Amino acid sequence: MADTKAPVERPISPFWIYRWPLPMAMSIAHRITGGALYFGTLLVAWWLLAAAAGPNAYATVAAFLGSFFGRLILFGYTWALMHHMLGGIRHLIWDLGYGFTAKEREWLSLASVIGSVSLTLILWGLGYLVMGGPH
Amino acid sequence: MRTGKMSTPLARVRGLGAARSGSGHFWRQRLTAVANVPLTIAFVLIVVSLLGRNHAAAAQILGSPLVAIIMLLFILSITIHMRIGMQVIIEDYVHDDMLKLASLIANTFFAVVIGVASAFAILKLSFGV
Repeated sequence: MADTKAPVERPISPFWIYRWPLPMAMSIAHRITGGALYFGTLLVAWWLLAAAAGPNAYATVAAFLGSFFGRLILFGYTWALMHHMLGGIRHLIWDLGYGFTAKEREWLSLASVIGSVSLTLILWGLGYLVMGGPH
Repeated sequence: MRTGKMSTPLARVRGLGAARSGSGHFWRQRLTAVANVPLTIAFVLIVVSLLGRNHAAAAQILGSPLVAIIMLLFILSITIHMRIGMQVIIEDYVHDDMLKLASLIANTFFAVVIGVASAFAILKLSFGV
C-alpha cells in the first residue's frame, strides 16, 4: 500500500480543454437563450395583464421597463429572442438535411451571432426612433 | 424502421415506441418553431409600435382584431414551444425521479398559466370589458 502508483495521466474530456468550436457555443447558446425566454414570458404576461387591468397597472409596468434595469432586461430579452429565432432557423435548415459540411456549419453559426446582434441593434434603433430619441 | 419480432404489426404501424407518444413532441416543436418566426417578427414590431404610448392608445392597439389575433397566436405557439423545450432541458439535467416529476409538472403548469393569463388579457382588451 505504501508505494501507491502515481495516477495515470488519462486524457481529459475535450469539453474543458479544447477551444469551443463556434457551432458548439451556438448550440449551448440556443438552449440558454431558450431558457431565458421561458422566464421572459413572465414579463410579457405581466405587461399584457397590466394593459388589461388599467392605466395605473400599465404605468407601473412602463416605469419598470423604462428604468435602467428594465431596459437592461429588455435589451437582453431582445437579443435572446433574435438569437433563438435565428438559431431555430439554423436548426430547421439542418432538419431538412442541408448545411452539414464544416464550412457551412461554421458559416451558419457565425451568421446567427452577427445576425442576432445586428437585429437587436436595429430594433433598438427603431425603438428609440419611435420614441424620439433616448430619454 | 425495423422493430423486433416481439412487437405486433399494429404497434409497428402506430410507431409510438416505448414512450407511447412517438414523434409527437419532435414534430410539434418544429411546427411551432416555424410558426414562431413570423409571429415573433410581428410581436416585436407590435411592441416597437407601442413604445412611448399611453395606456389608452396601447390598450386600443392591443385590442384591435388583427393585433389581438396575432398576439393570441403568438402566445399559443410560444407556450407550446417553450413547454416542450423546457421538458427536454429537464429530462437532460434532472436525474432524480421525484425532482424530475415535480419539475415536469411545474413546467406544464407554468406554460399553461402564462398562456391562459396572457390570452385572458388580450381577450379582455379586445372585448373591452
